[in-house]
Amino acid sequence: MATVDLKDVKKVYPSGVEAVRGVSIAIPDKELCVLVGPSGCGKSTLLRMIAGLETISSGTVAIDGKIVNSIGPTERDIAMVFQNYALYPHMKVYDNMAYGLRNRGTPKDEIDSRVRSTAKVLELTALLDRRPRELSGGQRQRVAMGRAIVRNPKVFLFDEPLSNLDAKLRGQMRVEIKNLQRSLGVTSVYVTHDQLEAMTLADILVVMNAGLVEQTGAPLDIYEKPASTFVASFIGAPPMNLLPLLQGPAGPALTDGKAVDFAPANAATLGFRPEDADVTFGADAPSGALVLPALVEAVEPVGSESFLHCAAGGNRIVVRVAGRATAKPGDQLRVVARTEKLHWFDNAGKRVD
Amino acid sequence: MIGQSPLRTVIAHAVLILGILIVAFPIYYTFVASTQTLQTILRPPLPLLPGDQFWTNYSEALFGGVGRIGGVSVGRLLLNTTVMALGIAVGKIFISILSAYAIVFFRFPLRMVFFWLIFITLMLPVEVRILPTYKVMVDLGMIDTYAGLIIPLIASATATLLFRQFFMTIPGELVEAARVDGAGPWRFFFDILLPLSRTNIAALFVILFIYGWTQYLWPLLVTNSNDMNTIVIALRKMVSFADADTQWHLVMVTAMLAILPPILIVVLMQRWFVRGLVDSEK
Repeated sequence: MATVDLKDVKKVYPSGVEAVRGVSIAIPDKELCVLVGPSGCGKSTLLRMIAGLETISSGTVAIDGKIVNSIGPTERDIAMVFQNYALYPHMKVYDNMAYGLRNRGTPKDEIDSRVRSTAKVLELTALLDRRPRELSGGQRQRVAMGRAIVRNPKVFLFDEPLSNLDAKLRGQMRVEIKNLQRSLGVTSVYVTHDQLEAMTLADILVVMNAGLVEQTGAPLDIYEKPASTFVASFIGAPPMNLLPLLQGPAGPALTDGKAVDFAPANAATLGFRPEDADVTFGADAPSGALVLPALVEAVEPVGSESFLHCAAGGNRIVVRVAGRATAKPGDQLRVVARTEKLHWFDNAGKRVD
Repeated sequence: MIGQSPLRTVIAHAVLILGILIVAFPIYYTFVASTQTLQTILRPPLPLLPGDQFWTNYSEALFGGVGRIGGVSVGRLLLNTTVMALGIAVGKIFISILSAYAIVFFRFPLRMVFFWLIFITLMLPVEVRILPTYKVMVDLGMIDTYAGLIIPLIASATATLLFRQFFMTIPGELVEAARVDGAGPWRFFFDILLPLSRTNIAALFVILFIYGWTQYLWPLLVTNSNDMNTIVIALRKMVSFADADTQWHLVMVTAMLAILPPILIVVLMQRWFVRGLVDSEK
């Protein structure tokens, strides 16, 4: 059981590319930290630096309080689950799981009992004599998990482990990973580009962009108070509606010139979540709310809810309505968002409260 | 093929059978000749059916010591050739797999320079460097030794290249998984790389064994004593012996015996050979 501390970690490749440009994260014992961000944001590089598969250009990585910059992956006592599972194709499931233990010189009967008990937890007992190519994607994923768990490491590292599974299986495995991680109580770092995975799994969510941390915190805190327009548009599906504001004579105004009198003076962008807005066909304008006349362009019924894609004064916005939508494409309506649900961002894209 | 008409089946079979006849007939005819007396062979036409001299001819060749080539039995020749072919095949695989391992999985200075140096030797066949190589062998006293037969042919750029290409298809994640699992370079090589290369090694072994078995020029140069001849060289000596009649029946027996081991290797390893060429176990 261990903490993981990153202090101003940087990765500069020999070509001069800066993949990670100074990241500090402290992960407490037994917590699951999710690194999320678009591809190329440096999240995988960061994970590989924690694993010891990538050298650290500057800064320190500490596992359990001990700086591990210069020691190899084996001695760091970590286990990693790879995106493509990376199972040894010529070994049976049993040997795949036992391999790491054998290399560490664990006694044979202990290997056997550990592999069997892990297999039991992951419901792999019937598959122990199979080879990876005889397994389905989900089963391979389980074996990859088993290979990590059986070692009983200080830290689990997950590199987009679910991205090769179909949507249904992904949902199942997500819950399973969360339950396993909690019951085993192993500190974990999990990399994904899927914000849903990130939201549901994380104890600590780290949103990364272009080699830097945009925001760190509990998933719902980040959801409710995104620190920047990047986070606002990355976390949440569909993403937050962001409307640019102009600096009019009477303070910030929408692009069509209508002043937004309740906006903070330095606001340059206004945002609201699709579920924080209502639509109305009436002409009444409730006070203390943002009202946008909008034209419905498309309706996406999901079943439990529907998403209306609208054009509002040159901006495209998405509004969630519960259940079946009454609006049809081509309808004129008004989108109403209550002021306390609005988010404001300044010129640099930073949150303004 | 789908929707094959009977006519097409017949034509396909006819072509195949014709092909087999063209390939197999000379071998069959050699076999027929190897079971006749010398007189029958020298008096055309040669019958199309095997004669009754099978045991006589084969036992004379194997155990009698064929007078034409200095009293060396075919058994001895087969042993020499086997040692040489095995030595070349195993040696080539051993050296190539190690050098490919180094080139693909290790980062060291001048890595690509070494790779290209190996690669360039592809363009330098044995025949081009045969004189200097011969001189080296003479200086090292390796004439008429198995080492002299094997060592100059033991490096293989082709095999190195093949292994390199195969190693490069091994996903980086697998290498990293092994590192995380605590496998050092040697363990990775033996536990993961070698088992994964099994089919490639088998296919390469078949090819290289036959390559070694059919070597002509180099064994001709580097062996003087009849004791050290390979079977191919011995065959030539048997045929072009100036001051006596060629014992054609024994030549035929020797030829038959010479093609037997490569055929055995191919037949026994066929399954692996095909898998090595078409199957990637990943």
